[in-house]
Amino acid sequence: MITHPSATELEEALAAFQAGSPDDPRANFLVRVADNARATLEREAVLAPAAREAATNRLQALLDQDGDFESLNAQLCAALRAGRLDPLDHALLAHLRASALDQIAIDQPGYSGAAALIDAGA
Amino acid sequence: MDIPAALSALARRLSPNATRALDARRLSGGASLETWTFDLDDGTALILRRRPPTGSMSQAALPLAAEAALLAAVDRRGAPVPEVVRICEPGDGLGEAYVMRRLTGETLGKRIVRDEAFAGVRPGLAARCGQVLATIHATPLDGLPPLATSDARGELARYEAVYRQSGAERPVFEAAFRWLADAAPAPVPAVLVHGDFRNGNLMVDPGKGLVGVLDWELSHLGDPAEDLGWLCVNSWRFGQWRRPVGGFGDYAALLDGYAASGGGEIALSRLLFWQALGSLKWGVMCLMMYASFASGADRSIERAMIGRRASETEADLVLLMERAA
Repeated sequence: MITHPSATELEEALAAFQAGSPDDPRANFLVRVADNARATLEREAVLAPAAREAATNRLQALLDQDGDFESLNAQLCAALRAGRLDPLDHALLAHLRASALDQIAIDQPGYSGAAALIDAGA
Repeated sequence: MDIPAALSALARRLSPNATRALDARRLSGGASLETWTFDLDDGTALILRRRPPTGSMSQAALPLAAEAALLAAVDRRGAPVPEVVRICEPGDGLGEAYVMRRLTGETLGKRIVRDEAFAGVRPGLAARCGQVLATIHATPLDGLPPLATSDARGELARYEAVYRQSGAERPVFEAAFRWLADAAPAPVPAVLVHGDFRNGNLMVDPGKGLVGVLDWELSHLGDPAEDLGWLCVNSWRFGQWRRPVGGFGDYAALLDGYAASGGGEIALSRLLFWQALGSLKWGVMCLMMYASFASGADRSIERAMIGRRASETEADLVLLMERAA
């Protein structure tokens, strides 16, 4: 599951959001942020299931274990933190690259770092 | 507090021929610091920076009097900064505040990297940033207000603690913390570091280029390469990722401009270390700002959504780790 914030939290923030005066630059900025949040939720609904399944498959191969995404991802974090896995390991970086591209496609598809990453992998 | 009235009362002390302040209005900005723009009736264009009585002071931020003292110190060295006109006293009725001259130019990074109006100055901007950073870093430390000192390992530890507190489980950040801890360069003697030297805090004129370095509240003593690396973080290239220096220039131009102005030779690898640490710091800051939504302190949509910018730094960090592997 995507967290910090989760889709549920974004929905809560959107439900509580009230547009302010159109003359107020700050209020206009927040309207754009809210539009962006709705678009993010739409992309997440479409893209997240397949991204999660692919990430789970990659993690199972990388860690040579069965398990769901949350437990395997937590294991990967613990292994990195404890120094049991080289942070520049090629198989690890391949997983991190795929995960980063899938996540940016949901959060910020126009972000230039995705183009840079794809260019470097070509 | 009636800010326009207080500024009018102060007018004579800000400029000998002035009698009152005109057109005082608050610019949108942070909650902890207010920025006001105003003119005097003799035509002087000014900016007021003040901390409202309720304004919280984040741990890292400088007192405004210290910020003004820093501006004056680097101004004397020839760095392009607004001239400080007055550090306010209690009798001025403005609280913790100072007044500086208002520079004119563009600070919106997107325009600086894209607009045709800046096409003429963009090619020289990276070298000019190097020159200005060399000037700032050469500021004698004697006589500066008290400043915190930080280094690479200290910053890594500080941000890792914030990340742990967030409860997030993000393998890119875990890998980056370990990679950067191993790659941290040997400490060098600390210099005056701006601390937020990036496209967005640089005022650029379409004819004159870089005319002002703004937002000094994160200044501290540290590794000079910190400022050069921060300028190259992809989050402030505004889409122009092929131009690593602020979205407008190349590494060599920045480093050569820095060395040519007496800043010394900085290896690209050292700059890239600080660039990566900069991306990691920005990613953790996004999580930190989201935390104020999660805790209930600020339930705004803005605070919720900022957490979804952490992934931009993950994409940038993966690229930097692939290059290092």
